[in-house]
Amino acid sequence: MDELKVVAFIVALVGGAVGAAAVMTWFERRMLGIWQDRLGPNRIGPFGIVLVAADMLKLLGKHDWIPPFADRPVFVLAPTAIVIAMMLGFAVVPFAPDLVVIDMNVGLLFFLAMTSLAVYSVLLGGLASNNKYALLGGLRSAAQMVSYEVFMGLSLMGVVMLAGSFSLPTIVEAQSQLWFAITQPLGLFVFIIAGLAESHRLPFDLPEAEHELTAGFHTEYGGMKFAMFMLGEYLGLMLISCMITTLFLGGWLGPVLPPIVWFFLKTFVVILFFILLRAAIPRPRYDQLMSLGWKVMLPITLINLMLTGAIALWQSGGMP
Amino acid sequence: MLALLESLRSQLVTMGRVLGHTFTRSETVQYPEQKPYLAPRYRGRIVLTKDPDGEERCVACNLCAVACPVGCIALQQGVNDDGRWHAEFFRINFSRCIMCGMCEEACPTYAIQLTPDFEMCEYERTSLVYEKEHLLIDGPGKYHDYNFYRVSGLEIAGKQKGQAQNEAEPINVKSLLP
Repeated sequence: MDELKVVAFIVALVGGAVGAAAVMTWFERRMLGIWQDRLGPNRIGPFGIVLVAADMLKLLGKHDWIPPFADRPVFVLAPTAIVIAMMLGFAVVPFAPDLVVIDMNVGLLFFLAMTSLAVYSVLLGGLASNNKYALLGGLRSAAQMVSYEVFMGLSLMGVVMLAGSFSLPTIVEAQSQLWFAITQPLGLFVFIIAGLAESHRLPFDLPEAEHELTAGFHTEYGGMKFAMFMLGEYLGLMLISCMITTLFLGGWLGPVLPPIVWFFLKTFVVILFFILLRAAIPRPRYDQLMSLGWKVMLPITLINLMLTGAIALWQSGGMP
Repeated sequence: MLALLESLRSQLVTMGRVLGHTFTRSETVQYPEQKPYLAPRYRGRIVLTKDPDGEERCVACNLCAVACPVGCIALQQGVNDDGRWHAEFFRINFSRCIMCGMCEEACPTYAIQLTPDFEMCEYERTSLVYEKEHLLIDGPGKYHDYNFYRVSGLEIAGKQKGQAQNEAEPINVKSLLP
């Protein structure tokens, strides 16, 4: 791709991702409604989709208030970090062959780094708010990150071993025979859970936990700053779904339909699955989350890693 | 370990069940377009009914005001020239009313009744204070044939003692005859 094309693609990607995140707020509420035998928002426009615009208008019109006790610069900058980090994460997602902003040979590591950076947003937002609930939310988020980051990375190492590369297009190409979802079921399972925890989605939304912490780390936020946090959360959800598609569900690979359609179709199914999780699964207690992470998920990941390594070694013709 | 697998199974079953709800009907009643059925006994807006002859049933006995747990009823009694009792004013503050129906239960003349109407929103709170003319309706409400003055022993113009339904003639206490 020449430079102009790349710039155009980036602009389209940023616009598309933000737009999709906005539409997703509506879509998620509709799906939750269907699964909970309700209707969900259905008043404005066809199926209530204009609600997205109404929501945006409302958020734009809100008083942009900064609490006098807050740490002002950090308070203002914290919500941007999550959006920037998640947006950067999209740079390495291969939507189709040659349709990727940058094909890094360490693409997977870049993705992991960016999702880790996003946690700073929550952490600093909670800290800068100078509010006990926000602080508790930030604290939880930090602990959650420490325990889930470890096996999030490790769970992907099996995929890397089988593909022999950190580059995401290469990983997709390596699945032309068999998806890694079939050869790496444990890796997929662990990555889904870690991804949920990473994007603070509902079963693991302990940093927000509106029943215990009012709204957790964004208690003091309102208007567009709050919208940035929500945008970041939905971008995170989409990024994780894109990564699951890329790493485990064969990315753009598929018969008949063009590659990009396959990619979005698979991503859509994964997003639906995440919304289903939100509709069905209650939030665990804080200590349950931690003990699940360290006592169950980490061992599973290590076993998976060991088995994958052994099989890879055996297939390549025994010990080197 | 076994407990963990069991909890995992339970979560998967939950997800399956919730997924099954994709195909169940929604319970939502789309209210302004689609009105739910309200039984005649539904406790909504309070009315003051009239008897079959078109006279006010309320005798302003104050029992409803006494029964009211939130004290939202205020009234004062007056006596007509024909001997009937009536309310000089009758005021219900619907911003306090909790639609409990105690007043209806307390009413000895079936005058005060609750109706299946709950759509009484107002932009001003004072508009929720209903006076007697707002409360009065022309019909007899839920009790079509009941007429308090016909069954009670109270003497009014055109009905002397002993002329009410099932009422015996007054006993002449000065007579020795049975």
